[in-house]
Parts: sequence; C-alpha cells; structure tokens
Amino acid sequence: MTTLQDSKSNPPRVLPRVSKAGASKKFSPRLRYSLIVALFLLPSALPLLCFTIIPMFSAFWVSLHQWNLVGSMKWVGLDNYAKLISDPMTQSAFLHTIYYIVGYLPLVYIGGLSIALALNSRIKARNLLRGLYFLPVVSSWIVVALVWRWLLNPSTGVVNWLLGLIGIAGPGWWTDPSWSMPAIILASAWKDIGFIMVILLAGLQAVPEELHEAATVDGAGWWRRLFNITLPMLSPSTFFVIVLSLINGFQVFDQVYAMTGGGPNNSSQVVVQQIYDLTFRYGKAGEASALSWLLFLFILVITLIQVRGQKKWVNYA
Amino acid sequence: MRKNRNLIVLNIIVILGALVMVFPFLWAFITSISPGAGLSSTPQLIPDNPSLSAYVQLFDRLPFGKIVLNSLGLAVLTTGFQLITSSLAAYVFSRMPFRGRNVVFAVYLATMMLPMQVLVVPLFVEMKTLGLIDSYLGVLLPSIASAFGVFLLRQAMNSVPTELDQAATLDGAGHFRIFGLIVLPLVRPALATLTVFSFLNSWNSFLWPLIILRTPEMKTLPVALAGLQGQFTTQWDVVMAGSVISILPMLALYIFTQKYIIQGVAGTGLK
Repeated sequence: MTTLQDSKSNPPRVLPRVSKAGASKKFSPRLRYSLIVALFLLPSALPLLCFTIIPMFSAFWVSLHQWNLVGSMKWVGLDNYAKLISDPMTQSAFLHTIYYIVGYLPLVYIGGLSIALALNSRIKARNLLRGLYFLPVVSSWIVVALVWRWLLNPSTGVVNWLLGLIGIAGPGWWTDPSWSMPAIILASAWKDIGFIMVILLAGLQAVPEELHEAATVDGAGWWRRLFNITLPMLSPSTFFVIVLSLINGFQVFDQVYAMTGGGPNNSSQVVVQQIYDLTFRYGKAGEASALSWLLFLFILVITLIQVRGQKKWVNYA
Repeated sequence: MRKNRNLIVLNIIVILGALVMVFPFLWAFITSISPGAGLSSTPQLIPDNPSLSAYVQLFDRLPFGKIVLNSLGLAVLTTGFQLITSSLAAYVFSRMPFRGRNVVFAVYLATMMLPMQVLVVPLFVEMKTLGLIDSYLGVLLPSIASAFGVFLLRQAMNSVPTELDQAATLDGAGHFRIFGLIVLPLVRPALATLTVFSFLNSWNSFLWPLIILRTPEMKTLPVALAGLQGQFTTQWDVVMAGSVISILPMLALYIFTQKYIIQGVAGTGLK
C-alpha cells in the first residue's frame, strides 16, 4: 500500500510506467492481455505438457508394442495387457501391494487418530510432541528404509535384541519371505503416522467444543462421544486420508526397493518394483508401460468408487 | 474422574509413541559413531569407544562431499524454478480470466494425480532422445513446474481481496506491478510453504534420479545411500553415517520451518 501512496505523491515515479504503456500502444489492449496470460502461463504449461502430458500418452503408445528400449518397436496391440493379466508374477505383485495397504492403512489411521486425539486434549508440550511425530515424514524414504533395515536386522538388530529381552525369538524380518512385508509395513507406518496425525488434528480442531459439552451434559461417556460425535465430524478428514493412502499405497516403491528389492523370493515384489524391473532389468518397456497404465487405471477406478461412495458416510457440515 | 484417567492413559501412550519416533534416528547416530557395529549381537546404547571413523571412511571411499553438493544444488534449483513458474501461473488462475481457463486449470490439477511410474518409461526415452541421460538437466527438467505449487498459491491468492488490485489499477498499475508489488508479498506464507515442500521433495526424491544418473560423482544423496548398502554390506556404521549426513540438513530446515510445513499439510486436508 505504501508504494501506491508513494506513486501518488511522487509523480516522477509514475512517468516511466506511462511511457511504457505508450510504447506498448502498438498492441491492442486485448492482445496485450493475451500476451501477459501466455507469458505467465507458459513457464509452467510447457514443462507440464512436455514432461507429464505427452509422456502419459506416449506411455500408452509404447504399451501397444514390444520394445527393449533400444531396438525398433514391434506392434503387438493389446497383447501386453493380455499377457500381464494372466501373468502370475503380475498377479502376485498386485496381491503384495494390496497386502501392504491392508496392513498399513489401519495401523496409520488408528495410530494417527490416537495421537491426534491425545494432542488435541490439554497436554503439555503439545507442539514439541507434534514436531517429533512429524519428523519421519520429512525424512527421505531411503534413509528410513536403511535405518529400519538396520533396526530389524535379524541377528544384530536392536528390535530382535529387545524382543529377546522379554523372551521372544524375533523373526527374520526382511530375510524371511513371510516377514518381509510386515517389516516394510512397520517402517512405512512409522514414517507416515505423523502426516496422518497432522491432517486428523486439523480436522479435530474444527469440531465445535459445544457439541462435546452438550453430549457430556446428556451423560455420554468418552467412547460414546468418540463414536457419535468425533468420528462423524472427522469423516471428511478420514475420507481424505483414505483416498490419499490408497493412491500412495498402490504406488509404494522407494522403501521396498531399499529394504528388500522385492525379495526374498519375490515375497515383497510390489507393482511399481515390477514396473522398474521389467524396464531396467528385463528390457521389456512395452510390458512395463502396459503395467503402468493398468496400475493407473486401477488407482483411478478405486478413487472414483470412493468419491462416489463418500455420500454414504462422509458428513460435510 | 474417568475423563482424567483417559487423559493420563493418552498422555502415556503419546510419550511412549514419541520415544518410538525418535529412537530410530538416535540409534542411527549411535551406530554411526560405534566402529564395528553390526558385528556383535548385543547392541550397545553407549558406544565403548566412539569415533568418527565411519564418516572418514565414507568420505574416503566415495565422493560424498560432491554427492551432498549435487543434492543441494538440485534442491535449490528445483525450488527456485517451482516458485517462479507456480506463482506466475497461480496469478493467472486467480486474477486473469480468459475463455477456457477452468479447463486449463483442470488439466493442471489432473497432472497432479498421475503417478510418476506411468511416466517413467516415456520420460526416460524422451531424455535419451534429448541426450540428457546422466545429466543434472535431465533430473531437473521434469520438476521445474509443479501443479501442486500452482494449486497451493492460487488458493492463497484467491484469499487476497481484489479491492487492493482495483485500487492499484486506478493508480495505473498493470498486471506486472499488481503481481509483484501487491499479490506476491501478501502470499508470503504460502510461498514459504511451497519453498519447504519443493526443497524436501527434491532432497528426498529417489526414483527419477536413480533412473537418470549413472556416474557415481553425479548421484544424489538418496541414490548414493541406496547404493551404499550393496558396497558396505555389513558395515552398518558406514551406512548409518551416510544416513545421518542426509538427515542433518533436512533436520535443520525442519526445525526452522516446522510451522509452514505443518500448516501446509493440515491445509491440504481441509480442502
């Protein structure tokens, strides 16, 4: 505002602008307006076009071919898709990914909700605690995966050592096919719980205090208020958390790559790891692109189903 | 009474939980200063003879200083570009109506939903055609624009009252001035949020740099760290030293900008 005042009281400062406007008189105001729009939009529109939109369509084009990334492309139509759908490796990759989501989502949601509820009460050092819970969220997946690989080291890791102290023989975690997925789920939940907590906490803070007071006067206990007031009021945040967790869950990759690489015995091979392997290990770019598209469509359908179904349980006040 | 008991139980859970959150970081640090960690089966909370030898080894055997610089440079450039491209586009979506603007904005938003994995193969081919494999430009290019950034800043700009622009227009200010002197200064908190997000995303990004970068000297921290594992199979002190180095700058940034990060995340949930 001060600058505006200045230009009013200080005519010479306005002058250069006037002359500039004079110089651009050769453009009609409409053309000038369009030029400014273009000038402002192109720096973001061009990269998005070149590095997101065009690649997306060319991925589909590649998926209709047999191609090893270097030689010439051979048209195969929808063969790649047919092959993938009947391929046991792809099926198990989808199953492992679903296993991951089924283990991960309840863990982060119930964990994140408990912490959010606690931090929403009159607790001391609330900001510090919130900050600590959020710390893993800003760390890189690779670091988290490496640190957890070390914590969960079957023979020399600190988790199995602690379990040993209370008389439990710890499992082989990432070295054991039946424990590799739980190990990944544990590390992922640890990393994301703070993120879920912050979103739910923001939702909780929007719940009017009067509702709780009125219910308390009516004799409703803590659990009753949780299920009849807090959770319904929190449903938009819950919806957001579930949609986002499913989208991200189907794309799980970094932690798998760094913790197990999909092993042992393909026991933690997830869809994106499979896409990576198909492209860069087996040189099957066509199949990899087809799998990317299958995954994308899968995520899209699941998200649309959720958006459709939200009317039934999400409560926008 | 019951309320109090629940509160105490919650407090205990939350404090125990916070310990679980912090312990892995602490343990990574302790391991990094305990030479030979991973060889004994009884972990030691306080190392017998702490030393920085793991860090020395790390910098001796790998161009680690260069790797840290690579990550830093790419994060700074990505953040700079995203701030410029996003704020310009957000201004148009907030202040300069034109026919079809909503469609263009919807396309921007749609790109946000696309998983990186769908783009990996064609982007790799594109970079190969452009001769950008194993180059910093190849890592940088796909992330110079951010649909998320445009969305975030547009929301912020929409909450700046248009009366300010109108007053400025009456004073003869054009769009460049309104953008630079009125709107931008008023959305500083959103710019701060975007800065932190872009920086962290770039600092932590893995899949794309993993695919593009080949030369060891050019790798970024996460990519180099993932590679460490193979080279130092049992040398957990070295692997953890690398992890600690990659956590530190992020930790420093986090401590000073916690407010903006948490605001940003909480805000996305409310929309």
